Amino acid sequence: MHGSAPPIEPRQDSARPRRIHSSQSSANDAGSAGAAPLVRLDHLDTLWFQVTGTICNLRCVHCFISCAPDNDSFGFLSLAEVEDWLRRSEKWGVKEYYFTGGEPFMHPDLAAMLERTLERGPASVLTNGTLLPARALKPIARTARAASYSLEMRVSLDGPSPETNDPIRGEGTFDRAMDGVRKLLAEGFLPIITATQVWEPERDEEVRQAFVARLRSLGYENPRLKILPSLRIGREAARIRPYTDEERVTEAMMEGYEENQLLCASSRVVTNRGIYACPILIEKPAARMGSTLEEASRPVRLDESACYTCWLHGAICSNYGGIGQDVS
Amino acid sequence: MSPEPRRIAVFGGVYSNHLALAAAIEDATARGAEALYCLGDLGAFGPHPDRVFPLLVDQEVRVLRGNYDDSIARGLEDCQCGYTDPRDNHFARLSYRYTFRNTHERWRRWMARLPGEIRLDVDGARVLMCHGSPRRMNEFLWESATSTQFLTWLAREHEADIVLATHTGIPWQRSLPGGGLFANVGVLGRPANDGRTEVWYALLDFGDATEAPAVLEFVPVSYDHERLAGEMRAEELPEEFVETILTGWWTTCIEVLPARERALGRF
Repeated sequence: MHGSAPPIEPRQDSARPRRIHSSQSSANDAGSAGAAPLVRLDHLDTLWFQVTGTICNLRCVHCFISCAPDNDSFGFLSLAEVEDWLRRSEKWGVKEYYFTGGEPFMHPDLAAMLERTLERGPASVLTNGTLLPARALKPIARTARAASYSLEMRVSLDGPSPETNDPIRGEGTFDRAMDGVRKLLAEGFLPIITATQVWEPERDEEVRQAFVARLRSLGYENPRLKILPSLRIGREAARIRPYTDEERVTEAMMEGYEENQLLCASSRVVTNRGIYACPILIEKPAARMGSTLEEASRPVRLDESACYTCWLHGAICSNYGGIGQDVS
Repeated sequence: MSPEPRRIAVFGGVYSNHLALAAAIEDATARGAEALYCLGDLGAFGPHPDRVFPLLVDQEVRVLRGNYDDSIARGLEDCQCGYTDPRDNHFARLSYRYTFRNTHERWRRWMARLPGEIRLDVDGARVLMCHGSPRRMNEFLWESATSTQFLTWLAREHEADIVLATHTGIPWQRSLPGGGLFANVGVLGRPANDGRTEVWYALLDFGDATEAPAVLEFVPVSYDHERLAGEMRAEELPEEFVETILTGWWTTCIEVLPARERALGRF
């Protein structure tokens, strides 16, 4: 298209690099031998709250931590606990807070938690969008309008239609989540629709366009869309396939790699059972870092298979990470 | 040694908008700015990148290196803006290729020598100027997505009382506990997604040596934006970019905006 494209040089440390795509890097070339690399906590930018533990009203077939109505292996955090962690986080200079579960809207004190959080910094809520009754949403929307920080609502949907979404998330969930999106829009939110790439990567653009068309039909003229890679752990390991032995992060793969692309370089997750390295790995005992932020600030070893996906795509759980494909 | 300036003008990204840069230099000089600074991202988006550099050199604007300058100088494959959305990346790529093709080797070498940060000490107030943030050249610091406790940590960690950055394109400032200040000075390159065609820079007034805190004011700059639009069209830059110049609303590179800032725009 253009005559003289600039030459390509290796990344340097001065700025955050582009995501690494699987087509550009071959982890397998690096081999799978040797100890997994350690990632230092550069700074605690983001504190996550596993606010409803593993308790969710849905039972999605691709859930990486096997959340379900009857999985109480992780329980709720109380309002007092969240307030305490907010206070403790101040001296760490935390930039923003994320609320996840389970389904955060199952928590009766979510509105109060968000109100306290937004006094301190921006917040994001990761929801399946199916439990947004007006009595839960109205006070949160009021808080969001009055706050000087952004409150992001991220709604998970895994296909642009009931036919594509419901086999993953459950019967009737597409219509219920779309109803949730409609309510969020009516309250002035601009939800980030977050879809796991449960389709073939070649279909990304087609699926993206179908999402946009469907969301526009709700009146969401410029929908915000984030596509996540699938993580082959939890139920997804059985649905697709588990990771192979070669799909591991090695020391060699970290050479020249910007560590701050990895969530564990800038985040920790508070659960009712202690602090974990990342929201993906709370079911892995080795990912428990301790019971205080001080204990949890030690380096994380990338020895879980899901670390491979994070390495490949970078910061997949934050609002602005995800899969971006070349459309030029 | 010349005394430290009492009033300085700080420009954000120029994005090849040489007409806005010329207007801002004139405006700041008329307002009594004793020193002019630019926080980088000289190219991108607009036409004729090489028209920006002589203005900076002739007017003795002190310039630091932004991610765009870093990429162009070193011949990297993209602008390192950190976009993740495919449409954003598509337009970023068009802009980057145009800018790279039209930046003379001489100016690439000049950009390679620019410092990553500039520090001043005015009456004991430590001023730190950077591009994205003091810790990362391409970090986006949006008003609604950046906690005060984070800014306080950042200033302390980098031993500064006043931190000035750009990179996002929307000006804002916040006082920090203990008398500190953070400001994103906005950009000269494109309007601030506010439906106005003016662009913004910051005037920082240190006042008398006896007075306490420095005062920062954002200044809108009118310039011949229709002429710029004409130049962009003549260079066959995307009509989406031209629309932003003519309307004041961002049409591209918007998926990185947090909810609050996004809601204030048209797209």
